[in-house]
Amino acid sequence: MTKDYKQMWNSLDINLGAHDGLLAVLSDAYQNIYLSQHNRPEGMKYFDFVISEVHGLRIEEILEAKKEKRKVIGTFCVYVPEELILALDGVCIGLCAGADVGSDEAEKFVPRNTCALIKAFMGFKLAGLCPYIQTTDLIVGETTCDGKKKAYEIFDEITGGKMYVMEIPNMKGEDGRMLWRNEVKRFAKKLEAITGKKISLEKLNEASKIVNDRRKALQRLSLLRSFDPSPISGLDALLINQVSFYDDPVRFTAKVNELCDELDERIKDGTGVSEKGSPRILVSGSPMAVPNWKLHAIIEGSGATVVGEESCVGERNFGAILDDGFSSVEQGIEKIADRYMNIHCACFTPNDERLKDIMDMSQRLKADGAIHYAIQFCTPYMVEASKAKKALDKKGIPFLRIETDYSTEDMGQLKTRIDAFLEMIGKGVRA
Amino acid sequence: MKIGGIDIGSRYIKYVLLEGTRLIDFQRRETGYNPLSVCGELLEGSKPEKLVATGYGRYLLEVFENTETITEIKAVARGAKAVFPKTRTIIDIGGQDTKVISLNDKGAVLHFEMNDRCAAGTGKFLEIMARTLGYDLEVFGKYCHEKIAGIKINSLCTVFAESEVIGLITKGEKREAITHALHDSIVSRVMSLIKRVDIQDDVIFTGGCAKNSCLKRMFEERLQRKVYVHDNPYLQAAHGAALHAMDSSYKQ
Repeated sequence: MTKDYKQMWNSLDINLGAHDGLLAVLSDAYQNIYLSQHNRPEGMKYFDFVISEVHGLRIEEILEAKKEKRKVIGTFCVYVPEELILALDGVCIGLCAGADVGSDEAEKFVPRNTCALIKAFMGFKLAGLCPYIQTTDLIVGETTCDGKKKAYEIFDEITGGKMYVMEIPNMKGEDGRMLWRNEVKRFAKKLEAITGKKISLEKLNEASKIVNDRRKALQRLSLLRSFDPSPISGLDALLINQVSFYDDPVRFTAKVNELCDELDERIKDGTGVSEKGSPRILVSGSPMAVPNWKLHAIIEGSGATVVGEESCVGERNFGAILDDGFSSVEQGIEKIADRYMNIHCACFTPNDERLKDIMDMSQRLKADGAIHYAIQFCTPYMVEASKAKKALDKKGIPFLRIETDYSTEDMGQLKTRIDAFLEMIGKGVRA
Repeated sequence: MKIGGIDIGSRYIKYVLLEGTRLIDFQRRETGYNPLSVCGELLEGSKPEKLVATGYGRYLLEVFENTETITEIKAVARGAKAVFPKTRTIIDIGGQDTKVISLNDKGAVLHFEMNDRCAAGTGKFLEIMARTLGYDLEVFGKYCHEKIAGIKINSLCTVFAESEVIGLITKGEKREAITHALHDSIVSRVMSLIKRVDIQDDVIFTGGCAKNSCLKRMFEERLQRKVYVHDNPYLQAAHGAALHAMDSSYKQ
């Protein structure tokens, strides 16, 4: 980090001692997992910088925005319509939930067998380790799973009443669509109330363009990973997707496009992060919030390349573009609602669209195998794994099911499984 | 040319030495706290010209000795196929891992399942329970003939299962009956992995736990198939690693 942020963190009630420890662990992990990679694109320097300033410069920027009376909205899920937040000059931030932090604190409130992501967002707050949560004016939850929706009730008390929960329907029929459109309208009203502003057509158009441009940049990145050899590692692509949740969207888009220009050149030269013909893996399942790099690190450490993430931190976040041809705010809000209904989360039943996405991605990205990743106790994804296996079996694409959490105690066992999987798909452990 | 295979497991290190395809030496020692030095001792007596390592600790040799490695899944598949040419399904229960592997008719791995990070259904579970009941692990399986209806170990967790066993002991239940229930609980646990693969004959049972005749019998009852066990079920992974070393030295 370039400067001393102690005073800023202190003003945000951060537990300074524990926070120093967290940053040290993060910095070591980043060094070992990221900076040790070979042949990285130059354009990753920006993202290295963003990570090095994850709790520094970006927080400072957010505090500056707050001085300009802009509201900070924290989220945990890709269903929260960011366009509405930006149309009211808000700052939208995906909150910390990707590390085994403060689980002992979280377990005072939630059972031990709660998924790592829920324990982490509670733990980060309870242990005083997430400056983002401290800057928020509103935290938006959603009813995507039982664990989250019940935990939000408790989180509301812990955060002094900052929670606002959107109801996500369970089915995608007409009733579900109506419910969701109403939820998006209700959210727009809530945002208007806390900002004291009205959403204008002009602002909504502007916001829609910002978010769509970011989606298009991430789609471009995704497409470039379909080349063999991939011009970028799965770890780096995952990082970019993670950063997309908290970086300034306009700057982020510009940086991703710059990186993609460089990747275009690498593809022309045949430069990649691995040898041509090394095993290509599609990862599918639960989200990997920053700094959860565990699975990608093991896969790529064994000589394969992760070429795509069918995940909320990945394709589900940017796969659908908003139809921004609307002529009124009301129409815009409906189109926004419809766009978000088109995300294929395992919280829906049935959810065959997700299986189609997995098949499409494995084909487009020329995957040699698929690894299904579920965070332990994430029932919707754990259950859908068998459907994903069946669908991939039909296409003859090898499949491996992994259930894990944020701890490192099962790294050896996971490595054995992944190595054996790579041996099985026939290209050897060491590429 | 002498070729070696070494399987660094969680409880034991197994070492196989081949001359041609003939197995000329097999040794097994406790892994202990310094597996690298145990490997050194094993290799010292009969140094092979080529060596491949497998098992949980294979990276130790890769990092320190630059030894080629393969996973125990590939190794055990190769080793089982060598002694039972018709192998299509392998149940391998070692110290801390349980694996079920399905092979095609050429011996290539098609699919595998492993226990999640938990000692339930592994050799470690058996070891702890044998100790709780005052048996030696080697003879534990000989004392499980007495099935008593109503005595059942329900817990999948080793720690909780041990409390269950203690509960049964203090209720005065016969230890032979508890032993039966414990074996039954392991088999149930492993059956849930077996059901995830497409099981085909021949079924081979490998790993240290295959020494336990009770487990073999229970698998046969549950699967309604013959289950084959080699005289020395410890050696399949190490043997497979050695055979892999031989294959790759021919390729060169």
